[in-house]
Amino acid sequence: MSYFFNPKRFYHSLGRRRFWEWLLLVAFILFFYGPLLHMFMLAFADKYEAPGVVPQKFGFQWWEYVLGQRTLVSSITLSFTIAFITTFASMVICLPAAYVLARYEFPGRKAVMFSFLLGNAFPRIGIYTSIGIIFYRIGLMGTFPGVLLIHLLGTMMMMIWLPSGAFRSVPRQQEEAARDVGASPLQTFLHVTLPMAWPGIAVAAMFAFIGSLGESEGTLLVGLPNYRTMPVEMYGVILDYPATAGAVFALILIVPNILLLLLMRRYLGAETISKGYKMG
Amino acid sequence: MNENVKLEIRNMTTLYKNGDGVRDISLRVATGELVTLLGPSGCGKTTILRSVGGFIQCTSGEILIDGKDISRLPPEKRPTAMVFQSYNLWPHMTVMENMAFGLKLRKVPREERKRRVMEMLALVKMTGMEHKYPGQMSGGQQQRIAIGRSLLLKPDVLLLDEPFSALDAKIRSQMREELRKIQTDLNITVVFVTHDQEEAMALSDRIVVMNKGSFEQMGTPREVYNHPRSRYVADFIGEMNFIERDGETLAVRPENVVVSAHGEGDLAGSVRTIMMLGHYIELTVDTEYGIVKSFVSAEQAEKFKSGDPVALRFESSFRF
Repeated sequence: MSYFFNPKRFYHSLGRRRFWEWLLLVAFILFFYGPLLHMFMLAFADKYEAPGVVPQKFGFQWWEYVLGQRTLVSSITLSFTIAFITTFASMVICLPAAYVLARYEFPGRKAVMFSFLLGNAFPRIGIYTSIGIIFYRIGLMGTFPGVLLIHLLGTMMMMIWLPSGAFRSVPRQQEEAARDVGASPLQTFLHVTLPMAWPGIAVAAMFAFIGSLGESEGTLLVGLPNYRTMPVEMYGVILDYPATAGAVFALILIVPNILLLLLMRRYLGAETISKGYKMG
Repeated sequence: MNENVKLEIRNMTTLYKNGDGVRDISLRVATGELVTLLGPSGCGKTTILRSVGGFIQCTSGEILIDGKDISRLPPEKRPTAMVFQSYNLWPHMTVMENMAFGLKLRKVPREERKRRVMEMLALVKMTGMEHKYPGQMSGGQQQRIAIGRSLLLKPDVLLLDEPFSALDAKIRSQMREELRKIQTDLNITVVFVTHDQEEAMALSDRIVVMNKGSFEQMGTPREVYNHPRSRYVADFIGEMNFIERDGETLAVRPENVVVSAHGEGDLAGSVRTIMMLGHYIELTVDTEYGIVKSFVSAEQAEKFKSGDPVALRFESSFRF
């Protein structure tokens, strides 16, 4: 065994340069995945006391506990409901806009594209505060539509830019060919343009969904006390429960994201994303 | 011909925002006729085709099919079908779905759709390809499907916008032949756009030679070739020698230049190059008016070598 773990042998077998590269890689992996791994471990720890590096007892105790809490479970349902509605509404609102931005030349087109970036350029909390003031006046504070609006806001840049790039990469002649065989502009959009731009749109939808699941600041401000999504509950969990419960909850938050990323892996290319960020 | 005019363009002007376009175009195409718009890129030939297809709105004038003005209709309402240079097929649909799309929109029942697509596939010699996706086929095969898809809808006028120019030479000439055969068999009216004069000559009943947005000359391939009305046409169609002499331009086709070792001729010179071009030889001769090109047969060419003094006689020529 010591034969394989002898650092000197290891160093020489890799060579000097590659040894340092290897060390750097290990450091990075630890930096990125260390906390994640630790959280994973925490989530399945039944007994974990001070001196131990590894929990003394593994199990599902905290899972039972978290899933037993009515408020926590209902926050999961609420989060997913909001994420679904947000993604769908965002698509309905943004896809036509993205198409117009991709296909038509009009004065101020670039300014419109840019304006979606502006919302992301300021600290979010500042924007939410001023939105909060308006929401108070028009009675949207603490309401479901109010929360939805906040979530929609967060998805709009992605939902405009990525699909716009995807629409732009559909050759015009393919749309013209559809018109030529008798499709109306709407039929052309539904049968030709939309399916051809679908990979880009799917990626945008995924980001919108994940973004909505993770949204906390705005929901905290606008939704409380009536609407508590998972990230909002998370704040409470961190403050009120032991770290192990927080870990369980965080894992539940991560799982759908990882699943979505795996599903979309095929579409998630640097190309799809970079195309979306061209002002063109 | 007036009896069966299928497509008539009357004083049509189509202008782009920057002022380019075509002005005051008039053209009549008879039923079953194949008319080619020929010209260099940017001469407006595609603009005319797209105006007829409805992809650009003409600025003024009329476009009539069977006497009815269609110039204000959107493309989907026009009885025309267009084949583009590329990107004709929808990559997310199979060949069957691509071809049946137009029929589906017209609510043709499923069984009939399938039957008609299969018939068309046989016509364009693509039987067995119905489940392929466009990405799995060669460029030539894709254009066959595209032409088939257009023909399926039985258009009054078929518009072809350089459909073969992205294909390699051998497939191009094969496609040309087949298109011509299908067109004559089905008696389809076709407007064909190309910048390739050889293609225009091979395919057309009539050729319209275009220059900078207007018609330069219109006529059968033979007329345009044998009687070019301007220097521009003479230059564009076929090969031509231009000899500037005594303030006028003499235009002679290389096949009308007779080269002889001695004797009288219209021009004297010396052999410059001898190039084998298949079944004939291209011979270039240095003269005091520049280089003159001649096409001669192989046995004739054997008599000459580079540098030989020769006399040139012009069997026929044009003056501009």
